[in-house]
Amino acid sequence: MNQDKKQPGHPLDGLLRTDRIPHIWCPGCGIGTAFSSCLIAMKESQMDLQKTVMVSGIGCSGRGAGYANVDSYHTTHGRAIPFATGMKLANPELNVVVFSGDGDLFAIGGNHFIHAARRNVDLTVVCVNNFNYGMTGGQVAATTPYLARTTTTPAGNPEPAFNLPLLAYASGATYVARWTILHTRDLTESIQEAFLRHGFSFIEVLAPCPINYGRRNKEKALDTMRVYQEQTLIKNDAHPSELDIDFDRGIILGKFVDVERPTCSERYDDTCRPKELMEEEKAA
Amino acid sequence: MNPAVLTGEHFMTGDVACAEGALAAGCRFFGGYPITPATEIAEHISARMPELGGTFIQMEDEIAAMASVIGGSCAGVKSMTATSGPGFSLMMENIGLAVCTETPCVVVNVQRAGPSTGLPTQGAQGDMLQARWGSHGHYEIIALAPSSPQEIFYQTIRAFNLSETYRVPVLIMTDEMVGHLSERVVIPKAKAIKTVSRPRAKGRKDRFKPFEPGPNGVPPMAIAGEGYNIHVTGLTHDEMGYPAMTVEAQAKMMAQLVGKIRRNLDDIISTEGYELEDAEIVIVSYGVSARTSLAAVEEARGEGIKAGLLKLNTVWPFPEDQIRALSERVKGFITVEINLGQIHLEVERCACGKVPALLAGHPGGTIIPPDRVIEILKEGF
Amino acid sequence: MTFWRVPLDLGEIQISRGKVHILEDRCKGCGYCIEFCPKDVLEFDTKFNQKGYHPPSVKISDECVNCHYCEIICPEFAIYSVEASAD
Repeated sequence: MNQDKKQPGHPLDGLLRTDRIPHIWCPGCGIGTAFSSCLIAMKESQMDLQKTVMVSGIGCSGRGAGYANVDSYHTTHGRAIPFATGMKLANPELNVVVFSGDGDLFAIGGNHFIHAARRNVDLTVVCVNNFNYGMTGGQVAATTPYLARTTTTPAGNPEPAFNLPLLAYASGATYVARWTILHTRDLTESIQEAFLRHGFSFIEVLAPCPINYGRRNKEKALDTMRVYQEQTLIKNDAHPSELDIDFDRGIILGKFVDVERPTCSERYDDTCRPKELMEEEKAA
Repeated sequence: MNPAVLTGEHFMTGDVACAEGALAAGCRFFGGYPITPATEIAEHISARMPELGGTFIQMEDEIAAMASVIGGSCAGVKSMTATSGPGFSLMMENIGLAVCTETPCVVVNVQRAGPSTGLPTQGAQGDMLQARWGSHGHYEIIALAPSSPQEIFYQTIRAFNLSETYRVPVLIMTDEMVGHLSERVVIPKAKAIKTVSRPRAKGRKDRFKPFEPGPNGVPPMAIAGEGYNIHVTGLTHDEMGYPAMTVEAQAKMMAQLVGKIRRNLDDIISTEGYELEDAEIVIVSYGVSARTSLAAVEEARGEGIKAGLLKLNTVWPFPEDQIRALSERVKGFITVEINLGQIHLEVERCACGKVPALLAGHPGGTIIPPDRVIEILKEGF
Repeated sequence: MTFWRVPLDLGEIQISRGKVHILEDRCKGCGYCIEFCPKDVLEFDTKFNQKGYHPPSVKISDECVNCHYCEIICPEFAIYSVEASAD
């Protein structure tokens, strides 16, 4: 990698494609921090990085895969999860991480998300939620707060937003957490916890998008961070139905779901494979 | 438990023969979604795959099915899906991803009449140009068109072999009639079946360039989990696989994607001729229509008309040179296909106005009877 | 850090010391490290980096307690700290 000889290395350089840094994310964009948390979690979890794959969809967060120095796949818009599902089922030895954005995972890709959660495919899905479509210049998303301004809701968003942890919970995700990039230690811990468990894990990360979302809603990057500091409360095990993002009441963060359920591959093996084949494999 | 290759004589439908061909070729991941008249392929594979150590999954839609197939293939497993018109439309974007990322995979389209939901239980050949150009952007792709259950068995194996050789999605463009037709299928011994696997990455992991072409123009493939730390993207990319947003990078990548197919036409294109040697009128056809065309040729010969059949086993890339050469010496062409003129346009293009190129077409739902072909032949020539 | 009440064992606690490293040309000037440093160690530099941003610089070097928060909040992989003794 093209590392400047004079500069000492960053502790995450080994996990970064440093020849592609600086990344494309804007000044103050929170994706870099969410991505950094993800890399720290990968490093600290001691998982076999050779067997670790990062899959992204399209959008700002979708560029994540392109910066991770592991096998990484940048797929089509909304389709990171079904791609990752195929990869995980075809080779269950792989640790598959999906790193993508709210528009990608919950609007165009919403159907895939709920089905992967229902099947309990052994994936870790990290969703950077910046409340809008950043890559295309700041359009309304399925997560944009009611009345927020975007380039396609110039008079304010007339629609309500998804409560993502509730959606994940209702679909059957076995691990659900929400943090902001300011809570980066908790976030890293959550991602690490998710890596080390089996089943479908979902972590929502709230992140500022100062250039496209913040600018139109009179919020600088540091203002958003102050909201994360002052208007959030950590309430582990809160019921997912309480988790609508409401800035007046305060945004609830924490780990909400952590249950064990057989994974998609385990159930497939148990239900569909001939018993003698499974015994042969065990013996081998 | 049954073996992967069901050696012996069988009476089976085209759909089941397709499934058996896939298993014999080494397919061990199938991501599907039910759709008439292709459902039986998924049904048959869902029962057979687990005992062979492979995985079948019915995804939530055809978009997901196609995405899962590319994921499966990137994990190193020969992967396939099967669908029909509406599902084929939904798969288009990800077929483009497989083209751009040079991911081997096989997509079966058991064609039914369209547009839209059309005639779900009745066949047609209306997706032939969609097969060629359905995903956005300019690209090369391989499409085969079997015309019987026995052919579908062998062509499915060939589809996997071509796909693995050239790292390109291969489409099997069959039709409802062939898919639902029960006929004798002879499956040879496993040893007699030649299967090909993709060229694999070798050598130093820190120096590997995932999209640097190998000696035959096809880049050796590193699969997920081998330690090559590859990056794969549907963005225009350089040989490292990194996004490269320049006109030059686009030109270089396109030359690679298109060149690896165009340089190997002799290996990829397969056609069969019947009574072509002295033919004055050449009937061009494929899939189920090749069968009615054969009957038409026999009927015409019985009446003393020098007709011959050029049966396209490979439809894309199109056998341009062969049609051009024929147009130098024959009186004309008739393309027989269950649409209102698709491959006909290609034949017309390659005949270059030297001789007439007629169409025996049909809007879909049934076969074109041999009599209709004879009528057109007599009216036109 | 100012204490609301002084911990009884303040004298016995070993406070680690850190040294901040800044990869200036990676910085895009978001200011997160400066704003959220619990010891207020950093400030914007007056100079520009290659991209035209003001990177952070260390204002009070002996105050760093090597908490790594600048390192993990930085979206650009542009800052990190190490144990001062190990440096």
